[in-house]
Amino acid sequence: MRTLINILVKELLQLKRDPKILPILFVAPVVQLIILGYAATTDVRRVELAVCDLDRSVASRALIDAFTSSTYFREVAAVGEQRELDRWLDSGRARIALTIPAGFAADRAAGRPVAVQLLADGSDAMVGTLGLSYAQGVLREAAAGGLPEPVDLLPTVLYNPDLLSRFFMVPGVLAMIIMIMTMMLSSMALVRESELGTMEQLLVTPLTPGAIIVGKLVPYALIGAVEITTALPIVLFWFRVPLEGSLATLALLTLPFMLCTLGLGLLVSTAARTQQQAMMISTFVFMLPQIYLSGFIFPIQNMPAAFQWVTYVIPLRYYVTVLRGVFLKGVGLEVLWPQGLAMLGLGLLILSVARLRFRQRLG
Amino acid sequence: MSAARPAAAPETVVSARELSRRFGDFVAVDRVSFEVERGEIFGFLGSNGAGKTTTIRILCGLLAPSSGTASVAGFDVATEAARIKTRIGYMSQRFSLYADLSVDENLRFWGGAYRLWGAELESRRGWALAAAGLEELRSTLVRELPGGYRQRLALGCALLHRPPVVFLDEPTGGVDPEARRRFWDLIDELAAGGTTVFVTTHSMDEAERCHRVALMHAGRLLALDTIRALKAAFPAGCVLDLASPQPVAAMTLLEGTPGIEDVALFGDRVHVVVDSPERAAGVAAALASGGQPPTAIEPGAPSLEDVFIKVIRDAGARPGP
Repeated sequence: MRTLINILVKELLQLKRDPKILPILFVAPVVQLIILGYAATTDVRRVELAVCDLDRSVASRALIDAFTSSTYFREVAAVGEQRELDRWLDSGRARIALTIPAGFAADRAAGRPVAVQLLADGSDAMVGTLGLSYAQGVLREAAAGGLPEPVDLLPTVLYNPDLLSRFFMVPGVLAMIIMIMTMMLSSMALVRESELGTMEQLLVTPLTPGAIIVGKLVPYALIGAVEITTALPIVLFWFRVPLEGSLATLALLTLPFMLCTLGLGLLVSTAARTQQQAMMISTFVFMLPQIYLSGFIFPIQNMPAAFQWVTYVIPLRYYVTVLRGVFLKGVGLEVLWPQGLAMLGLGLLILSVARLRFRQRLG
Repeated sequence: MSAARPAAAPETVVSARELSRRFGDFVAVDRVSFEVERGEIFGFLGSNGAGKTTTIRILCGLLAPSSGTASVAGFDVATEAARIKTRIGYMSQRFSLYADLSVDENLRFWGGAYRLWGAELESRRGWALAAAGLEELRSTLVRELPGGYRQRLALGCALLHRPPVVFLDEPTGGVDPEARRRFWDLIDELAAGGTTVFVTTHSMDEAERCHRVALMHAGRLLALDTIRALKAAFPAGCVLDLASPQPVAAMTLLEGTPGIEDVALFGDRVHVVVDSPERAAGVAAALASGGQPPTAIEPGAPSLEDVFIKVIRDAGARPGP
């Protein structure tokens, strides 16, 4: 225990002496959270709509009003000829183009089937498809307008009633920040000792590799805890993400996640010779794939089956589930224990592999 | 330190038997055997890549031997590395203290690493500060210390736990001559107190201060003895010291002459090594015929460098042992 405290004191002293590290530790997460909190949104509002009304009737006017009265669309152009729509779409000034054919009102009044044309800009798939589905929604409502509804559909969205993507993105960003910081720092810390030659000096002392590893990782776990504490007020009070569950659950389930990220950092340090290499390996081999496959941005259920299997070994996947569960659903350990166990298992596995490699490399 | 050790002197503190270490196809250390006695200053000489550092790393338990055995302070390096680590001090050729910690913080940390606490740590810390001459600078960050102080601090850190054996891997690289002399005074004191000092160097001056030296070349141990014995073994009549009005011209002239093994300038004298006593007689004639007759010519004493050049040349001339 005294041995561990001795290493810990040394690590903290070194951190204190590094003038560059403190701003990185405390300012960077806040800035990242704010930038990503605003940018990482998948809500689509005020989609630019270009309209070509060839009917010019009361009915067609009413249909266009149905579009523009919603907050989803903003009419940017009303053109007289259909081919003019192409120009609006090509230039990107419009994302969705609506054409109402001549005879629309007459057909409708006669009860004949009517067709309107929708063109969507697929080059931005997110805006294009969402815009299209909003548009279909508007059309469905408009079509149902005159007829009695046989079924009254009242959809209810649970946990995030307004479906604000910010509410599920921001906790994900928090997870990412913890991962990046703890992994990056732990990988660089060990590589730095090797670069300076102090690692060799440590290994000729009676300190065991295990003690050196634990003494190195504990300070970074503490830093991870400080990061969360700094970032949490921003999540809660700036972005007003509701915290439905308990802080204790959050804290408890953060520990096994950090075990994984610190272990991965250690693993990186056994493969890297320089701090730059450590940074590259962390980023490209471990961080980006984790972010892509964690369900943080892309829903896991939409991935090919093979990739879905891969996500089971991604610690971030479990932690994103934990964060969304605790923040939005207010669930506790009774629901999230499998995630906790999975992270604990992965963490221990990663650490043992890393320790084995650490020994081999130095032995 | 260990009560189990026999009281009778001389005691063998470090021993290597047919020690080898391979990295893939490369043989870094090739069947090396030697023994080092308690209180001895044992010099390990050789150029870079000769296998000195690899040997030291094996003895410190940092590397496992590929074959052969070695023991340090009575413990086997392959199986009892953990016990060896409490009994050795090690100073690597790269400066390896924490530059961003102060002198005191380094001593406390390394003391703790050697499991020194409380009053014992305080007393050893005081000793190390005094030995390194750093009492006034104890709160200074190590990165701000001049090289000589850093070296002595590194030695102090390696000696905090009073190890019976200390391994110094090129300890005085990049240190000015005065600091180097002070460092070696410290080493003499240690050895006089019974500490075994195992030191690698490629400086002949430093080698002269060792009790015995071993010469490594291409992984093999080519010679091992006291300086006096090594020099005595050098063939008689093969070294000449000559004076010349134009020593550089004389040297250039001799360098191309057959039978001349080495020519070096020592101040205003030319130091010449020839391959046989018969050849020595021809040196004056060769100089005279080249227009550089020497003003004086007399038998010289071989330098340690002459000895090693000859040993390496002889080893290269015959196929491996």
